[in-house]
Parts: sequence; C-alpha cells; structure tokens
Amino acid sequence: MDSLLLSIVTFAPALSAVILLIFARGEDEAAALVAKRFALFATGATFLISLLILAQFNPADPGFQMVEEAEWLLGLQYKMGVDGISILFVMLTTFMMPLVIAASWGVKTRVKEYMIAFLLLETLMLGVFMALDLVLFYLFFEAGLIPMFLIIGIWGGSDRVYASFKFFLYTFLGSVLMLIAMIAMFAQAGTTDIPTLMIHEFDFADMNVLGIHVVGGMQTLMFLAFFASFAVKMPMWPVHTWLPDAHVQAPTAGSVVLAAILLKMGGYGFLRFSLPMFPVGSEVMTNFVFVLSAIAIVYTSLVALVQEDMKKLIAYSSVAHMGYVTMGIFAANQQGIDGAIFQMLSHGFISGALFLCVGVIYDRMHTREIDAYGGLVNRMPAYAAIFMLFTMANVGLPGTSGFVGEFLTLVGIFKVNTWVALFATSGVILSAAYALWLYRRVVMGDLIKESLRSITDMSFRERVVFAPLVVMTILLGVYPALVLDLIGPSVEALVSNYQTALLDAGRGTQIAASH
Amino acid sequence: MIQADLNIILPEVILSLYAMLALVGAVYSGKDKLAPLLVWLTAGLFALLAFWIAGSTGPSQTAFGGMFVDDGFARFAKIMILISAAVVLVMSQEYMLRRNLLRFEYPLLIALALVGMMMMVSAGDLMSLYMGLELQSLSLYVIASLRRDSVKSTEAGLKYFVLGALSSGLLLYGASLCYGYSGTTLFSGIIAAAGDHHAPLGLLLGLVLISSGLAFKVSAVPFHMWTPDVYEGAPTPITAFFATAPKVAAIGLFARVMHDAFGGITADWQQIIALLSLLSMFLGSIAAIGQTNIKRLMAYSSIAHMGYALMGLAAGTAFGIQALLIYMAIYVTMSIGTFAFILLMEKDGQPVTDISALHMLSRAHPGRAIAMLVLLFSLAGVPPMVGFFGKLYVLRAAYDAGLAWLALAGVIASVIGAFYYLRIVFYMYFGDDQDDNLDRTRAPVLQTVLFVSALIMVVGIANLFGIEGAAEAAAATLVR
Repeated sequence: MDSLLLSIVTFAPALSAVILLIFARGEDEAAALVAKRFALFATGATFLISLLILAQFNPADPGFQMVEEAEWLLGLQYKMGVDGISILFVMLTTFMMPLVIAASWGVKTRVKEYMIAFLLLETLMLGVFMALDLVLFYLFFEAGLIPMFLIIGIWGGSDRVYASFKFFLYTFLGSVLMLIAMIAMFAQAGTTDIPTLMIHEFDFADMNVLGIHVVGGMQTLMFLAFFASFAVKMPMWPVHTWLPDAHVQAPTAGSVVLAAILLKMGGYGFLRFSLPMFPVGSEVMTNFVFVLSAIAIVYTSLVALVQEDMKKLIAYSSVAHMGYVTMGIFAANQQGIDGAIFQMLSHGFISGALFLCVGVIYDRMHTREIDAYGGLVNRMPAYAAIFMLFTMANVGLPGTSGFVGEFLTLVGIFKVNTWVALFATSGVILSAAYALWLYRRVVMGDLIKESLRSITDMSFRERVVFAPLVVMTILLGVYPALVLDLIGPSVEALVSNYQTALLDAGRGTQIAASH
Repeated sequence: MIQADLNIILPEVILSLYAMLALVGAVYSGKDKLAPLLVWLTAGLFALLAFWIAGSTGPSQTAFGGMFVDDGFARFAKIMILISAAVVLVMSQEYMLRRNLLRFEYPLLIALALVGMMMMVSAGDLMSLYMGLELQSLSLYVIASLRRDSVKSTEAGLKYFVLGALSSGLLLYGASLCYGYSGTTLFSGIIAAAGDHHAPLGLLLGLVLISSGLAFKVSAVPFHMWTPDVYEGAPTPITAFFATAPKVAAIGLFARVMHDAFGGITADWQQIIALLSLLSMFLGSIAAIGQTNIKRLMAYSSIAHMGYALMGLAAGTAFGIQALLIYMAIYVTMSIGTFAFILLMEKDGQPVTDISALHMLSRAHPGRAIAMLVLLFSLAGVPPMVGFFGKLYVLRAAYDAGLAWLALAGVIASVIGAFYYLRIVFYMYFGDDQDDNLDRTRAPVLQTVLFVSALIMVVGIANLFGIEGAAEAAAATLVR
C-alpha cells in the first residue's frame, strides 16, 4: 500500500462534515454563510485532489490501479481501487459536488445540516465507485440512502414525507436481496474480494427452485438478486416509480445529485458485478433486460410527454435515457458498453444541468408547473440560451455529449438485436418531442403572464455554476475520445472475459457469432 | 473438592453475599436513604466482577458434578450481562430519585436477578437451569411492579408473573420428561441418551416443552404476549433493564440447552428455532408499525431482534453461536442507548412516551436527535452502522447452515422493520416548527450513555472493538 490517495479523496468530504458538525455554531446568516463556504471549499479541494487520481491513472492497464487494502472483520477487507470503468464515475462525482453546493446557495433552513448531509453523501458515493470488496461496496451503496432520505425529507417540497419513505423503502428492499446474494457468493467463493470474484466461476448448472426450472442455476438467481437492487437504483421500468416522486420533492441540489450520480450506481453495478461475475446468468436474462429497456425508452418517453411538472418530465426522461444504458450494457459488446458508460457520464452532466435549469426559475417563481411559464426568452436571454443547449443535448443533437452515448448504444444493440434497436431508436424521436415541446412552452412565445414581468436573468453565481457543465457537454460531444480512450482497455477486457466465460460454459455461440 | 467447586462459582457467591448483607444493612439503617449509594455500589460491583471474569482465561471447568459449567461461552455472556446491568443501574438513578421510586430493594433485586442470570448461562443440569431461571424471574416480577401505586406497573408485574409461571410450568414438564427418558438431569447425560439421531419420542416432547418455556423468556413469537404490556407498564429504567440483561441470559441459556443437552440432534430443534425466529422477525416488525408509545414500540422491536438472534442459534453451528453472541452484544449496546434517549424524554418534568412528543426534536435538541438517528438506523440494520454487521453475521450463519429461506425472510422483515424506525426519524426531523418542546432535562449520565452508544455504532465498524475474536473463542467452547 504505497498511496492512500483513494482513501483521502473518499473520506475528505466526510472529515469536513465532521469538522462542520463539531465546530460550526449558531443559526444566524453569518453561520450559514460560513457553512456554505466551508462546504464549497471542501468539495472543491476534493475535486482538485481527485485530479491526481486521473493524472496517475494509466489508461493502458485494464486492471485495478492504486489499490489499497487492509484486513477487516469477518474475513472481509477494506480494499479500494479504480479501473477504467470506475474512474470516470469518481471524477463525475467530485466534479459535480462543488457545483451542487454552489447551486444550493439559496438554502435558508438548517444550512449546516444540509451541507453535512451532502458532504457525507459525497463520501458514500465515492466509496461505491472505489470499493473492491463486496461488503464494503454494499456498505457505501446502502449508507447513501440515509443522507438522501434526510435531504428529501427535510429540505423537500410539500409531499416530501411520502417521497422520502418511498425512496428509502423501495431501494432498501432491492438492496437486501442483493445482500443475500452477496452472502451466497461469499459462501461459495470463500472471499469477498471483487477482482477475485470477477474471475471466479459460479455454479450455473440448471436447478429447480420451488418447482420452477431455473436455467443458469445459481448464477441466474444471483443475477436476479443483484438485478433487484440495480434495477431499482437505475431505475428501470417498472420499478422506476419512486424516481419521479423523489425528484419532484427533493430540493434542486438533491435532484441533481440523484440524477447525475446516484442513478449511475445501478449501471456501474451491472458492469462491475452482473456481467463479469454472472456471465451465464446475464446471458440468460439478456432478452428480459432488452425488453424492459425498450419499454422504458418508449413508455416513459410517452409518459414524459404529458407531464405538467417540469421536474417530473425530466425525471421520466432520465428513466428513458437509463433505458439506453441498460440496453447498451447487456448488448455486451465494445460499442454497447462504451456507449453505456458514455451515456451515463453525459447524462450526469445534462440531467444535472436540466434540474439546475428548473431550479433557477423555481427559485424565482416557486412553481414547477409548465403552464405557469412562457416567453421567458424575453426577460432571460442567457437562461434561454443555456436551457436550449441542454435541451438539445438531452435530445441527442450531434455535437453534444448526448449524441455520442445514444449513438454508440444503438450501434451496440443493433449488432445483437435489431428489433430492440428499432424500438429504441423511436425513443430518440420521442425525446425530441417532449424536450422541445417543454422548451417551447417555457421559454418561447410572448411574455403574457403578469407574474413573469419582473423575472430577472441568471445571476453571476448561477452562470458560474453552469459554465463547467456547458464546457463538458460540448467538449465530450466534439471529442469523445477523451472518455473512450480512458475506458477502452477496461471495457475490452470486460467484454472478452464475458465472451470467454460464455464460450467456456457452452453458451456463447449466439452472441459470439454476432460479435 | 467442595473448595474447588466454590472457587469456580466465586463471582456468584460474592454477588449473593453482597445482596444479602446489603439487604440487612439497608433495613437497619433507615431504608431508602442508602438507596443512591447502593445503586453506585452495586453497579461498581457488577463492573468489578465483569473485569474479573474477563481476566480469567482458564480452560473450561465444571463444578458440583457438572451442574455448573464455567466456559468461554458463559464468561462472554456474563460479561455482557454484568456490564449492561451496571450501565442500566447508573442510568436509572436520577430518573428514579426524582420520581421517588428509588427504593433500596431495587439495586439488590437486580443483583439477585443477576445471580440467577449468571447461573442460567452456566447451567449444566436441568436443576441448576431451573434454579437460575426462577431466581431471575422472581426478582424480575417484583421489579416490574416496583411502582406500587401505579395500576399499570402492578398490572405489568402480575401479567408477567402469571404468564411466567405458566412458562415455568411448561419448562418443568419438559424437564421431567427429559429426566424420565434419559434417567438423569445432567446435560451430559441427556446428550448421551438423545444420541446422534432418532432420539426417543418422550425426549423430543421434552425438548419441545423446554423450548417453549425458554422462548417465553426470550419473548419469541408465539410466546411474546407479555412483552409489550410489561415494557409499557414498568418504569422506564426497569424496561431498559428488561430489554438487555435478561434477554442475554435467556438466549444464552437457550443456546446452552440446545447445544449441551441436545447438540446431537440438531436437525430436530433447528426447525423449531427457525420457525420461532421467522415468526418473531415478522410479528415484531409488523406489529410495531401501529404503535404510538415508544416503549411498546421498543417491545416489538426487541421481539424482532430476538428473532434475528435466534437465527444464529437456528444455524446450529459454532459460527451461528458466534453470530448470536455478536448480535446480542450489539443489540444490548443499541438498546441501552435508545433507552437512555427515552429516559431523557420529559415534558414539564413528567416523562412522556408518546412518539409524537418527539416532533421536531432536531430543532430543540439537535445533539440528542442525531444520536438517536444513528441508533435508529443501527437498529434498522442499515449500513454503515454497527447494527448492520450484527445482521450480516446471523444472515451468513443461517445461509451457511442451509437456511437460505430464513435469511431471505430475515432481510424482508428488516425492510418492513425499517419503516417504523424511519417513522421516529420522521417525527424528529421532518415536521414543522412548534413551541411545545421536550424539556432540557439536565441528566449528564443519560446524555453520556446516549452519545457513547451512538458513537460506538459508528466507530465500531472499524473492528467491532475486537469482540469478533472473543465471540469466536466463546462459541468454540460451546459447540465442539
């Protein structure tokens, strides 16, 4: 263990939270400002330190790098590391958090606790992406529910209690099933070390459970248990219903974190656990996932069309975009997985920015009703331009990062299953419909509503928050190699391991032929 | 010979002598005046004995022809019992003093109950089992109705007594059957008579009846009916005591009987325990949802937790016992912290137990609220709190023993259970402001206990304070 860099990055925000908890005093505005500045400084510093990870990372090496490990109880270990798949999620997290804090400058109530919750959340999210031990992963994965539950419940909208309970219990139920599968893996493989488990071959002999014939045996069962957790987190249709509630009720910053980072844990989980550890189980369930993804893309896009609440519309659009991600992952070829990771990153920037866009006008008008707006371009030209950019990125306009992800996943799926590709492509059209229609109703037209006459354009602080997101969206759109070069070798290794495992199991013919 | 035997039970002898001498002393010197002093003295003695037992690392030994067993398992359980009782005693002093409840009998009855509990976890014979159990139970019946002028408290005592007598009867009947079919009351004789499989039917019947009696003591479903009423009726410090030390003793005795007397026929009792565990987890989780009184809620919560602990026992392996011991240690720590919080709940000097009184506690008492938040998530078994590791151990034990269905049921029950813990969080954090806050009770001891136990729940994830190895060694002496 030569470098503690990963642990430092992971626990720096938590440490800051503890400092804030112990030393910050008072309820007045000065104390609140101190808390805000401190949190901004802490997340900013974390981002700067995390750049060191990126600098030290060797993109040519597909394995885990900067690994730290130490003994823990019950034969578990504290083991952290990054590879090409996880490093960008780590960077996404550290990149988004300062923006999230800066976007929360308007919070009035219990500012200190608010900042503590977000700082703890950052530690837990980073831990998820770096953990290389099953139980350590579970620990971070689950613990993230606590601050998010409090963020929605304390600083949320009018129906926050319902949304927070639904969020917590829904995700908790999914995760405990994963815990059982982890215990089963621990029992079977005798270790919880993720790199070891990724090459361990779990039983896949067909078996009978309660009279049901299970093809793929234990692997399919374990896959389903993990699927229960990740599908809820992702979220996939039909277990997505917690998301619109949570998004609508959460404060703006909570929505941004939820959309930009928390949802990515599901996709990351599929890549880290489902595909490498249960190749046979994944292969058995591939068509099932495809169908759910296609339904998610088409159905939730249609649902988004009829929403009257802006946040809800974007939430449904998130579900649809996550449909591309699951589809790309289970296409299990280089383009599909590359695209899925790219789509997750770009969705992190775009959806985060869209929720911030809603936040900007919500802070001024205190309503998210689409009907309450119209003609904003007359009073807020800068806002209209930024909102335009992210609407286009959400649609997947070439030149923005949204296009690359969608295109790659569609290429990936087309090689495996043309029918799914057909339905998924129709989602591109639908997403243009709801996103552009939203834009037209909110921004375009004449400024008729009396209440909007005195609305002000974006402040300097708000523009500063958006600037990095604008840069990233366009940069990744015109130069995707920035990301693809980093993730390439790891994805290649993942795909080839997956195909080899399937061939070894005598199940690989179908996909290998189309590869 | 008798000298050697007495040496082995020296801690119990000292505690009994202390209780009797203090009783006489207190009677002759103006009764309740001495009570506060006695509380501290008793707690100090408990702590001393705990350290003594922790220091004695000798091999397993038996006394009185096998009636009393002093092994690693007994020592581990005794340390838990003594320390938790000491903390609860210290916690209860301020509360009881202010309500004029602090009678000198209180610490002494607890001391006598503890002698019984230490007998229970060390029992090597049906007779010593029963002696310990009854000494403990009779002391507890009296303590439950300590508040003589309260209808609820006396009701609690009476209910506890009547139902407890019934369960003792069941247990005795089972014991007599075991004696009849094995010709001895010694566990070592019973395990020989039971053989490795195909135990005589009478012995199995005895096993079932003894299990029922013991299930009553650990308040496992369907023998749990007394728990909510007793928890609610008894004064809160006494409820805190009921939730901790007696539970450890009862489940320790349960493990002792199952492994020492029926260790050869694991398959026969495994299903009984698994069913008790399943029912307890679900009933505890579901019934707690509708509760508005925090003491009743904690009663159901403890039923659910006993279900998880029994899951470790149901595994029937050494790892299962290790998991059980770790689970109990964590459970006791969480419970003590939670009850310290409940003892702090006062409005205008009067104790309140209604959950809605916690409305927006995070505003009036942020420190207390955050400590309770940590404890609640730990009780719910949400990582990263230590409570999660307790669950992880028992789930692992159950899975390894082929009880995957029980582990699956356990996690589903834990999701249901999470709801009512979250409901308390909801009251503390999610409401709107109001003026009607809880008192700023000045109780340094209670606050210290609350914060320390909350801190343990967070810091403990590093290595569980090393109890893993101790529990493993203890389990190895029970399951050979």
